[in-house]
Amino acid sequence: MKKILIIFQREYISRVKKKSFIVMTILGPILLAALLIVPVFLAQITTEKNVIAVVDETKLFVDNLQETDNISFVYFDTSIGAAKDDFNPNKYNALLYIPLSAINTPQTMRLFSDKYPSLNVKIYIENQLKNEFESLKLKASGIDENVLKSIETKVNLTTVKFTEDGETEQRSYPEIATVLGIFSGILIYMFIFMFGAQVMRGVIEEKTSRIVEVIVSSVKPFQLMLGKIVGVAFVGLTQFLLWIVLTLFLVTIVQVSFPEKFEIQRPGIVYTADSKMLESEKLKEASDAMGAPQIDQRSEILMAISSINFGVIIGAFIFFFLAGYLLYAALFAAIGSAVDNEADTQQFMLPVTIPLIFAIIMAQVVMNNPGGSLAFWLSIIPFTSPVIMMVRIPFGVPYYEVALSMALLVLGFLFTTWLAAKIYRTGILMYGKKVNYKELWKWLSYRS
Amino acid sequence: MSMFIAENIVKKYANHTALKDVSVEIKDQSIFGLLGPNGAGKTSLIRIINQITAPDAGRLFFDGERLSPKHVEFIGYLPEERGLYKKMKVGEQALYLARLKGLGRHEALKKLKYWFEKFDLNDWWHKKVEELSKGMQQKIQFIVTVLHNPKLLIFDEPFSGFDPINVNLLKDEILNLKTNGATVIFSTHDMSSVEELCDSIALINKSEKILDGNVQQIKKQYKTNRYEVFYDGNTSISEVLGNRFEIEKQSRSDDAYQAIIKINNGSEPNELLAALLPHVSVVSFREIVPSMNEIFIANVTGKYQN
Repeated sequence: MKKILIIFQREYISRVKKKSFIVMTILGPILLAALLIVPVFLAQITTEKNVIAVVDETKLFVDNLQETDNISFVYFDTSIGAAKDDFNPNKYNALLYIPLSAINTPQTMRLFSDKYPSLNVKIYIENQLKNEFESLKLKASGIDENVLKSIETKVNLTTVKFTEDGETEQRSYPEIATVLGIFSGILIYMFIFMFGAQVMRGVIEEKTSRIVEVIVSSVKPFQLMLGKIVGVAFVGLTQFLLWIVLTLFLVTIVQVSFPEKFEIQRPGIVYTADSKMLESEKLKEASDAMGAPQIDQRSEILMAISSINFGVIIGAFIFFFLAGYLLYAALFAAIGSAVDNEADTQQFMLPVTIPLIFAIIMAQVVMNNPGGSLAFWLSIIPFTSPVIMMVRIPFGVPYYEVALSMALLVLGFLFTTWLAAKIYRTGILMYGKKVNYKELWKWLSYRS
Repeated sequence: MSMFIAENIVKKYANHTALKDVSVEIKDQSIFGLLGPNGAGKTSLIRIINQITAPDAGRLFFDGERLSPKHVEFIGYLPEERGLYKKMKVGEQALYLARLKGLGRHEALKKLKYWFEKFDLNDWWHKKVEELSKGMQQKIQFIVTVLHNPKLLIFDEPFSGFDPINVNLLKDEILNLKTNGATVIFSTHDMSSVEELCDSIALINKSEKILDGNVQQIKKQYKTNRYEVFYDGNTSISEVLGNRFEIEKQSRSDDAYQAIIKINNGSEPNELLAALLPHVSVVSFREIVPSMNEIFIANVTGKYQN
């Protein structure tokens, strides 16, 4: 035990001191923080004003298209030919041409521009035209526009999850759970691969540098393998925790430095035309009548975030990362011991990585039905459970399923460690021999 | 008293048997040569002694006790395939390997200081191993092997990669260790160093022990009663010697005659001298003793010269 600790220390310290670790530890939070912060800034960069020249032969749209802070329309009475000739790209961003034929076939409308107009602008114009056309057609068929609007109802289904005791109800947020689930699933997948490969490279290094025989004359091969695996596991944990702490730190600094940027904006930014909606007063009355509390977007998000049990998720993440990593790291160590250099690892890597890759592909399916039997089985089987269980947990998983999955995962890693140790102890002392599966099978029977 | 005994060791791998019923006994405070051609099973035996692998059958005793994991701390092993972590600093690495052998940090540092001084390596403590020459790396490996004052030392080809000056330095150190009470197992293909250092040997060929015992006794055993004589004088010695002695070879160099003479059973070298002296003047007289090299080749190829 004391010797495993000495090995553990070396493995841990030598890796944490490496430049690549330090670079990753600094770059990771910067990237993560950027991912959180940059969109906020981007959204607030005042985009240049788009001025759209409009030649409307139908005269139906003149002065009817809604303008926003970013988009304004200037209407021309000239023919399209003249407008095209006079088009000044410095003044106008695009030229919208609505021919007479557009009344019957809207497809004949054109948006001319000397460069591609932004997608936002295109979508906005399309929506405006669509709305105008629709209200025109409604009028033509004798339906009052306001009548139609009063019929139109926005439904936002509030999903509520029964809690265990069945008494209190808890609002659930599948959207947030989806994002969180897939994020932590991918993170586990990445961590297992990254640090599993580190174990493998470490074993190959010991083998090619020929230090391994010196070491195994002092300690059991199993101790060396375990010390290395656990050492690298703690490197992974250290990196993960540093990422979280440093990311929070960076985000907080930016938030404190630019508080005005993080004031939640009212959804006025959204390109909706006020006249097309009921007055907010009426809307409120309507929704109050339906018994739903009026909730704005910001508090919706805040409520969703506060509904997440971060303690459980981080706890589960650490467990499934560690146990999943241990399960695979033992196999990676065995691969490293069986080969003489990294290039030879390919043939053995495939069967080890397939379950992991399968899990990450299946995560998509599991997300759509997190309580289904596919989700259940994949989150129970040790080789896929670290990723799949992490995907499922934000949706809420019965405790006995989590416990079963954890127990099987622990059994799984005990099994792979036992198996890997048998291959490892023979492999590390085998030089210059091309190893195949048959050979590995024989090694399992050798006495240590 | 025997420091180490291996009894009837068998080690089988899937396709071949590495050791067939091999027994060796290594006397306390002696240097024991473990010899044999490549692939004979030496490394298998050494790994079994180091408890890196376990035998399929047979018993092992260390200092009178059944060999067990606790003995690892009393054994120092310098493998043939040896190396160090290239990216690790020399001092850190030596300390790490010493601690794996069970030395405390403080004690290990003290001993390392002594040995680094002795081998003139102090300036390299903070350098990375990859910056060192091969010879220097070998010195560090040697230090790490002997640092914890093991009772039993195992050197597998210890001199490979060393220049002659360092070979001598190392030989002196090995003899020193023996004087200070250590027992040494020494595996090599260099037979001259076997003659120089070893008290006894075992020769393993094709997984079996084919020869063992005290070096001097083995050599005596392989003596063929042949003598080389250089002499002056124009007498035909074949006429004066008679049938007690057999002249196997006779030649003439610039300033002397040379003859290789076999003494037949029952006669003594002194009688040969006595027979020669009245007729020629003897310049040199030497018994031809087989070298370990010859004994090795003779045994392994199965061609005994007598």
